[in-house]
Amino acid sequence: MITTNPSIPKEKQSRNDLNQMLQEISALTWRLFIQLIRRPSTLLAGILQPLIWLLLFAALFSNAPIDFLPGSSSYGEFLGAGLIVFTAFSGALNAGLPVMFDREFGFLNRLLVAPLSSRSSIIISSVIYITTISLLQSFAIMATSALLGYGWPSLGGFLLIAITLLLLVFAITGLSLGLAFVLPGHIELIAIIFIVNLPVLFASTALAPISFMPEWLGWIASINPLTFAIEPIRMAYHNSVDLNLILINAPYGDVNGYSCLAILFILTIGLFFLIRPLLNRKLA
Amino acid sequence: MFFIQLRDLFKSYGPVRALDGLNLKVPKGSLYGLLGPNGAGKSTAIRIICTLLAPDSGHVEVGGRDVLLEEKEIRQRLGYVAQDVAIDKILTGRELLQLQGDLYHLDSKYKRKRIDELIQRLDMHEWIDRRSGSFSGGMKRRLDLASGLLHEPELLILDEPTVGLDIESRSVIWELLKELRKKETTILLSSHYLEEVDELADEMAIIDKGKVIASGKPNDMKKGLGGDRVTLRVREFSDEAEAESVRKLIRNINGVSNVVVNQKQGYSLNFLVKSNDVISNLSSHLSKENFEVFALSHSRPSLDDVYLQATGKTLMDAELELAGKRDFKLENKKSMR
Repeated sequence: MITTNPSIPKEKQSRNDLNQMLQEISALTWRLFIQLIRRPSTLLAGILQPLIWLLLFAALFSNAPIDFLPGSSSYGEFLGAGLIVFTAFSGALNAGLPVMFDREFGFLNRLLVAPLSSRSSIIISSVIYITTISLLQSFAIMATSALLGYGWPSLGGFLLIAITLLLLVFAITGLSLGLAFVLPGHIELIAIIFIVNLPVLFASTALAPISFMPEWLGWIASINPLTFAIEPIRMAYHNSVDLNLILINAPYGDVNGYSCLAILFILTIGLFFLIRPLLNRKLA
Repeated sequence: MFFIQLRDLFKSYGPVRALDGLNLKVPKGSLYGLLGPNGAGKSTAIRIICTLLAPDSGHVEVGGRDVLLEEKEIRQRLGYVAQDVAIDKILTGRELLQLQGDLYHLDSKYKRKRIDELIQRLDMHEWIDRRSGSFSGGMKRRLDLASGLLHEPELLILDEPTVGLDIESRSVIWELLKELRKKETTILLSSHYLEEVDELADEMAIIDKGKVIASGKPNDMKKGLGGDRVTLRVREFSDEAEAESVRKLIRNINGVSNVVVNQKQGYSLNFLVKSNDVISNLSSHLSKENFEVFALSHSRPSLDDVYLQATGKTLMDAELELAGKRDFKLENKKSMR
């Protein structure tokens, strides 16, 4: 009954390389989603945390003179764009954790012993998974902020938001996966996530415009990737979508919508090329 | 024909030399046992064969192919059951097997059929649809073995397959391995259980400090020790002088060798005999000098004796010695990718 053949007859295997790769990617992605469905707490926490921010922070500054906030009718409305981006950013920053646990528990060895048609499948499945849940979380924030009366973007605005978030999520996911293969264990990865998360939020235009900040912080905020994602989304909420508009009055000059997206795109590609040799070495 | 050939493998982790010129030839279709204490280099050798680790230098061949050059081809042909069972706790047993089938690109119909076969063969149907986080060590091991066999590999590699297992799981696994051997699957198994290697292996190698120090068929190796092992007492508690004079006497008997006085066991005498005739004539030799046989036990040499002969210590002593020196942090690190 138990038999071993010199090699598995061809008809018992998936046909070509592409099919094989799709088979392994979908199986690996499915595994991550089963984990999510059976352990939904991280997903829920990822939605709840920014929601609490939205409620508390918006309430905290509800009496602030809104004339200071360019184009916004309330602080909650100003804050919404920042929190949408922050949610996606936090979600993507956690991308490395499942991979790190697979390394630590030896599950990765199971994958590495298997004749995967490409080891990129391991990375691609993580990216698909993290992108999906980050976007889900961000859309939950958008829906809530709409319910709170902070508005909803037009269709074009929605598309712009989706593209912006995708670029940011790809970049940060790549970074986190890279860290997951470099750091010795999950403690270190979590420590980095903790250290990076909030300061990056504060040093962006999520909570306040650059004009509020001292010059040094203004500099940091205007090179912070989060800012380049927040401002196009803020525009999508307030104005008609026009990427020629100046979105950031940075100390080094004005930045328009196209430049924001271009910078995010370059960041994503740059991180990809930076991390690729590292992953190749670790997964070779 | 050899299915696995390792030549002059060297591998170091920092200052620790895990493999020190390892050579190994595993015949096709055999069940080959690697015996050695924890930390001898067995797992490192196995990780190299499984393409998980590259040696610092040396040549690795599986099924006539260079493992270092044709990794993917090799992976398709081998099944690996690791020492630390890596199972996703959140998945059920069946889901894990399905995932494994997809990683080996099995066609969905064939995958289902094969999974059902293995569930039945390894007697897993009662619990296979539960989440594997609740499984006992034996259940996990069986599941892991099933996932290693799912794609019908030509070569099955098991790293310490029955460490810490309940008796039922152990016998299920042993039976399956015996059955696979009949089907000409080449099996490489590492173990620090003597009886496991003795019971299962067609051929074996003793690994110590990253080298093979003895190899062959277990029976030949036992025979190679020069005969059966005899323990003799001429009185319940002899003294040193008496034991010494008996030693001088029997040392000269034809067919007796390696006579030692075992001080810890009341000055009894341990020696090897070539044949049973020697034992039958023993009492007449002794009575010439007015000694009599108080107690005599006679045993076939065990693998432990083989190990003792090859390394100068028993396997258990070697384990204890290495236990104090092990760096678990380092070991964990080297198993991580």
